[in-house]
Order: sequence, then structure tokens, then C-alpha cells
Amino acid sequence: MAQVSTTLTSSELTPTSAIRREDFPIFNEVEQKPFVYLDSASSSQRPLVVLEAMDRYYRSTHANVHRGVYRIAEEATALYERARTHLGNFIGAPDPSREIVFTKNATEAANLFVQGLGRRRLDATSTVLLTHLEHHANLVPWMILKEQLGFAIRYIPLTDDGRLDLSDLDQLLDGVSLVGVSLASNVLGTINPVAAIAERAHLAGALVFGDGAQFVPHNTTNVVELGIDALCITGHKMLGPTGIGALWARHELLEEMQPFLGGGEMIADVRLDGFTPNVIPYKFEAGTPPIAEAVGWECALSYLESIGMEKIRHHEVELTRYALSALEEGLGDAITIFGPRDPESRGAVISFELKEIHPHDVSQLLDQEGVCVRAGHHCAKPLMRQLGVAATARASLYLYNGHEDVDALVGALQKCQAFFR
Amino acid sequence: MSGLEDLYREIILDHYKSPRNQGRLESPPATLEEGFNPLCGDEITVSVLLEDEIVTDVKIDGQGCSISKSSASLMSAAVKGKSLRQIATIVRTFKSMMSIPEDEAIPFVGPDDPSNASDPPILSEAEMGELIALQGVVKFPVRIKCATLAWNTFSLALKKAQDAKIAPSEAP
Repeated sequence: MAQVSTTLTSSELTPTSAIRREDFPIFNEVEQKPFVYLDSASSSQRPLVVLEAMDRYYRSTHANVHRGVYRIAEEATALYERARTHLGNFIGAPDPSREIVFTKNATEAANLFVQGLGRRRLDATSTVLLTHLEHHANLVPWMILKEQLGFAIRYIPLTDDGRLDLSDLDQLLDGVSLVGVSLASNVLGTINPVAAIAERAHLAGALVFGDGAQFVPHNTTNVVELGIDALCITGHKMLGPTGIGALWARHELLEEMQPFLGGGEMIADVRLDGFTPNVIPYKFEAGTPPIAEAVGWECALSYLESIGMEKIRHHEVELTRYALSALEEGLGDAITIFGPRDPESRGAVISFELKEIHPHDVSQLLDQEGVCVRAGHHCAKPLMRQLGVAATARASLYLYNGHEDVDALVGALQKCQAFFR
Repeated sequence: MSGLEDLYREIILDHYKSPRNQGRLESPPATLEEGFNPLCGDEITVSVLLEDEIVTDVKIDGQGCSISKSSASLMSAAVKGKSLRQIATIVRTFKSMMSIPEDEAIPFVGPDDPSNASDPPILSEAEMGELIALQGVVKFPVRIKCATLAWNTFSLALKKAQDAKIAPSEAP
């Protein structure tokens, strides 16, 4: 079924070539058989090397970073900073060692950017441009700041097939100072034309903040080529641990941004009458950071690079192509799939509705078959309203998923249909 | 699917497919209350008509999964035509099935009322009727919220109806 790319040999790029399920302990150790994991858009699983890297760090190297002048403290600091630079390089940051701020997750990174730069750039006369398909993480931080500063928020609407409708973009951009847009939708899978949006936004004098949580784990990312000004990402969706995310922003913006969380490490000096913030990126990293998590995330980056993001993307495109047709063949009129049909223009995230069966019931019945999907509003309630549904069920695929997972999903959905008939 | 059979007993599927007491009552005289389940986006509106301490009519309007819709339907059938005191017992019975702590007060029963005391009466299994079908839900903790949405919304609607009645003069 799969047409292979001409740039790599066919043996390197069969649809299953990126599957390295044996590298992921959970598929052997989970106390559930069968175990069909189709919720990587929520959180991915992690390979053994990542678990071992974190374990090794705690066993042999742990000390607080940027504090001690003894050997293991210096080693811990070096590992933490190596992770920062590696992550910067992974997304093509021009100044990788200074432009990555580690946070708790992508949501915290979004809040950091919105508060940090928004307070410098926005006032009651400003306008911010977002889109109808944003995750709450790229909506609510802006709404919170809007309540405090009183600016206006506009939204890029959607076309019927779940893409951003850019027909009035220049009008929408008129007078806008900041744009927030996700690189890929967590519900529809749509990969947004962020480079084109950024180009036009810059012409209109606006800066662009990208939400990369759903894109970076699955695609080659280069912030310079995308032309964006800032990006939030998270570790646990890309084979890394939970508890760590990052903000990338051009270093001059980081310099301009207000500190967000106050405390140790983020200061250069503290007096009783005030403080002097530390240099970037430390200015934004208050308190002891997630050190072991940074070590684990760096290992995940190396793992992804060892396979190759291009190969992972190819695998997902072919698997999505297979899934879209298998779902439609297997369920016919009973299934409604949301988002673009063309696998090349979307990620491996498939939201759907079974006729007259609530997504919660779908998810519960699939669980009985060992199939893990997400049911709910996926932290995108405005988008749910646009789609005219309260919730959807969502299956999302990653490098460890294969045709058999899709087949299990289709089979379980057929059972589900029979149960409620 | 043995666990599932518990969850989706025939009574539940019946109330899901043919929900009782659907719609809205005119307000006033009825009282309306909206409820949301942020977890799944379900929304419900419960209308209550309270006359002389009796819930003479109740209607349910909204979207939801099979558990939430059938629980609402079962509730509406169970409380319609019952007195506040009887309804308090029914609500207690439901809460106990869902393993909701007994010390949680029922909004429409006054704090001094004996039926809001620590050891309140609940229905026996024989008295429960179709409500017993909801027993399977407790084995699926994430679904308890689906089942309780209608009951909580109803309890608040009833409290509102009661307050509206009490407001002009002090409660008897």
C-alpha cells in the first residue's frame, strides 16, 4: 500500500521501519493483555534507554545544579546544560545554550511566554490573534492576561475540513502585536502552515508564538525555517519523562521578557529593597529544576535522532493513511472522522465519533478490548463547539504503533457498535 | 466483558435508548438548574416542579454518555411524585451506591433535619427498583462523575425551588 520515498531505500522506509516496540518496556511489562496504546498525543511511552539514563543519573551523579563546586555537582550541571543545548539544536535554535528555558511542561512554557512578553508588549489598546483550534494551553494564558490588561483577542477561523482559514489573514492581522498558533492540532491532527502565517504576521509587525507540543515529537523542527519567535514543547509527548517542558524564544525576546516565577537561581542579586534578575535563560528558572528529567529528555532526543525524524514522520503518514481507510472501510457510515483527509497535511491524531454512541462509552468498551484511546474534549472546548460535539474519541499513533494496532482499534469499534445496537 | 455487563445492564441501556422525563418545564413555576461535567463536556439541565413538599414533575434536558443519560432518566423516574423526605432517602441510597461519603450534606435537606444526620435511612435493595442497575458504576471510578451529574444538578435545583418557596416567609 505504501509508496516509499525516493530519497531513502525502500528497506529503510517500509511502513513498519520505525517500529521499535521492543525498545519500550511497557509493552512487555504492563499488566494488561492485549495492550494497544493509542494515546500518545496525550503522553507517549518511553524507551528503556531513557529510563536507564535517569536511573543512572540518580544512582551515580545527582547533586543540585549551578550550586556546588564539588565534582558531582559540576557533572550534574554539565548534564543539565548539555540537555539544554541538545534540545536547542533539536529544534534549530540559533543560540541553543541561551534560548531554551526549562519548565514543568508546555503549558507552563506558554504561561511564561504570555506573562513574560505579554506584560511588556500588550496594553488595553493591543490585539492578540489566536485560532479556533488551539489547546486550552494556548488560549487560557492569554485570557488570564486579557482580564488583567484588557486587550482584544481575535481568532483565525476554520474551514469545513478542519484547516485554518487564512483567506482573511491580512485583515485579521491588522493591528495585532502577538500571534499564538499551534504547529499541529491535538484534536484534528491538522498541521498548520505556520511558516506562511509567521511571514505575514511579521509583515504586519506581529510576533508569533508557536505551540509545538503535538508537532515537535513527530516532525523535523527548525524554528528559523518556521520563522517563529517563540515555541513551547514538552518532554513526555516525545519519549521523555513527565515534569519537564521548555520554552524557546529568540534571545532578544528572552532578554525583554519579565521574570515569571521568582526564587533561587533566577536572580543575580537580592537586596532588601529589590532584586536583579539572572542572565537568560536562568532568569526564568526559579528553584531547583527538573534535572533528572532533563537528562531523560536528552536521551529521548538522541533516541529520536538515531531513528531520524524524517523516518518517524514517514512511518506516521503511512500508518495514518492506513488507519483512515481502515476506519472508513470497517465502520462505514457509522463513523465520522474529523480533520483533513490527506495524511500528508496532518499528524497521526485521529478524532472520531461513532454514530449515536457517546465517546465515553466508546472509550470504555475499547478499554475492555485493551485499546487505549482518549475520550473527551481534549482541552479544546472552543474547537468542540465548532465541531458541534461535546466530545470526541481520539486515537493517536507514534513510532511504536503498527498496522496491528489499527486493526485492533477497528475490531474493537465494530464490537462497540454491536453492543449498543 | 463481565465487568461491562455490570456497567451496561439492560436497564441502563433501556433508559439510555428511551430516556424518561425528557425536556424542560416552564419556569416559573418550575426551577431550572444547569450542570456540567468538565471531564467529558456533558451538559444537563434539570427542571423541577415542587408543590407542597412534593416533586410533582421533573424533566431532564442535555447530552451525555449512556451512564450519564440513563442515571438521569432513572433518577427522574425515581423521584417524580415523591416527597422531599422520600427523595432525601433516594439520594442517600444513590450516594451510598456510588461510595460517596455519607457526611456530605444533601443541599435540599436542612442541616438540622434528622435525615441529614450521620446515620440516615437508605432504601433496601428490594425497595430500590430499577435504581439498582446503577450499582455497577462504582467499579468504574472514572464513570462515577457521569452518573452523579444529574443527581447533583437535581439536588441543587430542588434546593433552589425550596429557597424560592421559603423566601417569602420562614420555613415551617
